[in-house]
Amino acid sequence: MAADGNAGWQKYGPAIVGCTVIAAAIAIIELLIRVDLISRFVMPMPSEIAVSFERIIVEENIPRRFLLTAGECLGAGILVTLVGISLGALLHRLPLLRQATETWVGALAAAPTVLMYPLFMVIFGRNATTIIMMGFAAGLAPVILKTVEGLSGARRVLINVGRSFNLTDRQLFWKILLPAALPTIFVGIRLGLIFALINVVGVEFLINFGGLGQLVSELAERYDLPGTYATICFVILISVLFFMAMEKAERWLRPGA
Amino acid sequence: MAETGRLTATSARTIPGIGTVTLLRIAIIAVALLVWELLSASGWLYKDVVPSLIAIAKALFNLLTTRVMACRADIALTDAIHLRWELWMPEFYCHLGRTAREIGLALFIGGGLGLLIGLVLGANRFLSRAFEPIVYYLGPTPKIIFFPLMIMWFGLGPGSKIAMGAISCFFPVALSAAAGVRQIDKVLIRVGKSFRANAWQTTTKIYLPAMRAAIINGLRLGLGIALIGTLLAETKLSNFGIGSLIIQAYSLFDMPRMYATLIVLFVLAIGANSLISRMGHIDPIRSR
Repeated sequence: MAADGNAGWQKYGPAIVGCTVIAAAIAIIELLIRVDLISRFVMPMPSEIAVSFERIIVEENIPRRFLLTAGECLGAGILVTLVGISLGALLHRLPLLRQATETWVGALAAAPTVLMYPLFMVIFGRNATTIIMMGFAAGLAPVILKTVEGLSGARRVLINVGRSFNLTDRQLFWKILLPAALPTIFVGIRLGLIFALINVVGVEFLINFGGLGQLVSELAERYDLPGTYATICFVILISVLFFMAMEKAERWLRPGA
Repeated sequence: MAETGRLTATSARTIPGIGTVTLLRIAIIAVALLVWELLSASGWLYKDVVPSLIAIAKALFNLLTTRVMACRADIALTDAIHLRWELWMPEFYCHLGRTAREIGLALFIGGGLGLLIGLVLGANRFLSRAFEPIVYYLGPTPKIIFFPLMIMWFGLGPGSKIAMGAISCFFPVALSAAAGVRQIDKVLIRVGKSFRANAWQTTTKIYLPAMRAAIINGLRLGLGIALIGTLLAETKLSNFGIGSLIIQAYSLFDMPRMYATLIVLFVLAIGANSLISRMGHIDPIRSR
């Protein structure tokens, strides 16, 4: 019995402690605000935030905003995937071009591309295209780099088998290289989509246009503190669920990883 | 002799290869600049959206050299030094200095806390299982949405921008440090124990030197993200800093100046990233 209890604690203990500490922190904040040690004009009570969830979902039309943000992420994701894989395949096919430009793509990954949003606003206007293009610009580099890595890492024996069947270059790419590289490419797509999501919500907030990011900005400007906090919690929840779904998909594609 | 021959042959093949790559790079840059200039002259796009390269070069020169009395509120020195500083220093460097200070403080606070939390999480399996998933899943959330809260907590001044940078860089540094602790060779820790090293000695003599690469990689990622967090906050609400310069150029529709500011910013960001990578012998392309 004691051994069972110990095993149960080993398994669930950390999660229980983690959740308890978070719950205790929320309770302490509630208490500190109630006794006026933290100003309620700076931070609303967690109970007020919890109550305001229903209000923002109904009054601020969260489902529509969520769909808008999700649509922008989807648009950026499709662009990132198509353009990223195509450019990665091109760099793999032309080794000289790869040698010349791979460091540039790496530099693009390290560059703060999101700061180009005023430039994109001038080019595309203050609309969804700017948001989608910003997501695309932020997510492109990891997809290119991982596509090149995946295609270059295809096992030699698989390529030799393809050649022994006299496959053309096109057949070799579609039937051997791409399927072999898919798990690695997916890592790039996952990173690209996460960067795209971060940038889409961020640019929505910065240019005050679109879905969930705009709602945070709007509620903060209205000084609706419980609503602002609740929307931020909602965005965090969406991001975490998206991240977990991407991880699950990656594990399914790369069972051994 | 055969080995020598092979080595010579390889180097003989490599040197022209380097030349070809460099030539190709120069050709790509030249074509890109030519296409840009043609686009600019063609009038196909809105006027000034694609300014000529000469206009951008002029704006870059003006940005780096024009002296404007603009930093008065920002420099806490005595009046005499203050005035000399204002007359001598071009406006851009005052903004750059302000942004650099904000990013430096953000990295110090967020990175320091991240390192501390990462060391604790990496060294203790129970705490790691209890709290690391929270850090791990909060890491990739869009931090800029916290900016309204940072304004409430730290005000409209540099405090809110530093806080944005600190929040942004905390997560990659903490996760990298925790992973770095777990990668330390257990033999090193046992050696420390056999010498009866206390917690401080174990941390400073074993943990930190053994996880140098992980810490530097975390700081590299942290710097990049702190830079983005701080500058985005500046673009949203500030009169000082590089972010505010970008948004000022946007408001005035001074596109050459905006391009010039972005060019300088990208060069500085990529340069800082490469510098930190070299310190830790990290490949910046592969380690993201």
